[in-house]
Amino acid sequence: MNTGNSQPVDPTVRKTGGPQKDPQKDPQKDPQKDPPKAPSKEPRPSYVGKRKEQSNFDRLMAKAPVHFAVIAIAVLWTLPTFGLFISSFRPPDALVTSGWWTVFLNPLEFTQFTLGNYQEVLAAGMGQAFLNSLVISVPATVIPIAIATFAAYALAWMDFPGRQAIFIVTVGLLVVPLQMTLIPILRAYNVLGISSTFLAVWLAHAAYGLPLGVYLLRNYIGSLPRDLIEAAAVDGASYLNVFTRIIVPLSMPAIASFAVFQFLWVWNDLLVALVYLGGNQDVAPVTLVLRNIVGDRGQDWFLLTSGAFISMLVPMAVFFALQRYFVRGLLAGSVKG
Amino acid sequence: MDSNNVSLIFKALLAIFLGSFGVIGVFYALNILVEKAFPERARIKVLPWIYVGPALLLLTVYLIIPTLRTVYLSLFGPSSNEFVGLKNYIFVLTAPDTLTTFRNNLLWLVLVTGISVFLGLIIAVLIDRVKYEQVAKSLIFLPMAISFVGASVIWRFIYAYRPADAEQIGVLNAIATGLGFEPIGWLVNPAINNFALIAIMIWLQTGFCMVLLSSAVKGVPADVLEAARVDGASEVQIFWRIIIPMIMPTILVVSTTVIVLVLKVFDIVFVMTGGNLGTDVIASRMIREMFNFRNYGRGSAIAVILLIAVIPVMVANIRRFRQQELNR
Repeated sequence: MNTGNSQPVDPTVRKTGGPQKDPQKDPQKDPQKDPPKAPSKEPRPSYVGKRKEQSNFDRLMAKAPVHFAVIAIAVLWTLPTFGLFISSFRPPDALVTSGWWTVFLNPLEFTQFTLGNYQEVLAAGMGQAFLNSLVISVPATVIPIAIATFAAYALAWMDFPGRQAIFIVTVGLLVVPLQMTLIPILRAYNVLGISSTFLAVWLAHAAYGLPLGVYLLRNYIGSLPRDLIEAAAVDGASYLNVFTRIIVPLSMPAIASFAVFQFLWVWNDLLVALVYLGGNQDVAPVTLVLRNIVGDRGQDWFLLTSGAFISMLVPMAVFFALQRYFVRGLLAGSVKG
Repeated sequence: MDSNNVSLIFKALLAIFLGSFGVIGVFYALNILVEKAFPERARIKVLPWIYVGPALLLLTVYLIIPTLRTVYLSLFGPSSNEFVGLKNYIFVLTAPDTLTTFRNNLLWLVLVTGISVFLGLIIAVLIDRVKYEQVAKSLIFLPMAISFVGASVIWRFIYAYRPADAEQIGVLNAIATGLGFEPIGWLVNPAINNFALIAIMIWLQTGFCMVLLSSAVKGVPADVLEAARVDGASEVQIFWRIIIPMIMPTILVVSTTVIVLVLKVFDIVFVMTGGNLGTDVIASRMIREMFNFRNYGRGSAIAVILLIAVIPVMVANIRRFRQQELNR
């Protein structure tokens, strides 16, 4: 991704690079694993200078604007989601007559909260949609992982004509807007009679995710130590054996990054589901159902709040649990459109 | 839980299982077939194609052929029967309402890219100096995990409008009326509704920019900064004269990523306003041409314009990749 070695600071180089990268430098780690005082962080002089001669209080005061700015931005960025979270537990009539912040006027009044919105929206199709989203997202993540890992292995370690050309085309396809493909594929699906099926979206999502997967995994697998792979070949291991016993286990970090990225992408997608699943409510994922609630019952705020929160549960859980891998996928995805 | 639900969940599990393991089974079956059917020497020639084949097939069928087909269809009429030459393009590039979509996209490009990259950079520099960096980062970054649809619902609440005599339920109008102003129709007033939508995208993207730029800022050598401080440079000077030039490559990568993303922005507009009231953008307009107006020719032409807009990024990517291969 870098254009030369003169710039040591492009992070994308070490992110998309191979397994040899220093894990200490991973900028985004779980907070538990990477306390701010991690030994890897070089002692950076405070911008106040001459810090030793100053009292703690002076330092704090000098840094006050920084603290203020960071906290203000963090609060500002969290507030929208937090407001939705509070709102989703408020009764429908309260929701449309007063702002969510009014609950803090008497915060110990627990009768102002209810789970009714969640029950209603689950009954209104969100439960089914949640299942559909899982059915769409898991295979639409596993399929491109399998296909991309096999392809990346061949592109990195097998000799065959045209492999460089294939990879360059893949890099080019990274930014092709998927809008380019909607009309012809929809028509083909209609002819084949598979529009509004899970298979239709699995394959479409797999194909749209492939360029990133092949790119990311080929770069990673290509940087695995040559000795290891050749030694296995000398021992008479077949290509498939090398793949399952060496390539896949060693590539797990890259596979995990791509998996998290692809899963979130598919789970949060609206466009592909909208076009290829059409109006079939039986197979609609959460995003599509949520958008229909906005469109048809836009004044039913109680359905919107709880529905939106249900749709956000899985991505948020994935995000908090696997943030590190997500960031790595994003960094690699910087070249993706 | 009644039996209907159980069977639904069972079916879902079955579908997940089939979809996920089917593909792995295909690879194993093909591999065994090749090992049985070909002698050793031929195997080495055939096997790579078994491994690359499925990827090649999917990319060709789902990306390459449809892209070419769309370019072709853009030269035909609404139902792709009559050849119309460049008429679709002429319409798209001259009709007042499509011109509005281009203007809007330009507005999105400039504002979202400019503000989220700049804000992300400022936050990256500031956040490096506090001890609760990881927590603050996670909070600012969190919107990245939320779908555009979910984000749109969140922001519907923020922009909610109630007449002046009623109690406001949206934060922004509560503040506005609290300060003595009339409540504002954030999403219906044509002078501001585009900006209201753009703000959502900025909220979503700033965390992404911040995370990438933050790792670049951390890569600026400490002794360089220290040397500048010893020489009496102010923090503002250090920011503009040292940090920004040194992380320029990352800024460019982040900016192009955001640009490509913004070019294709669709969900937010589609969910919030449906592209009405002068808020249409290229991608939402394309969907409307497809589904509402049933004009596949114009829809294709709009998609082609989108493709042309990303070609420079594509060329830059390929160049950068080649360079990288040379340096390997």
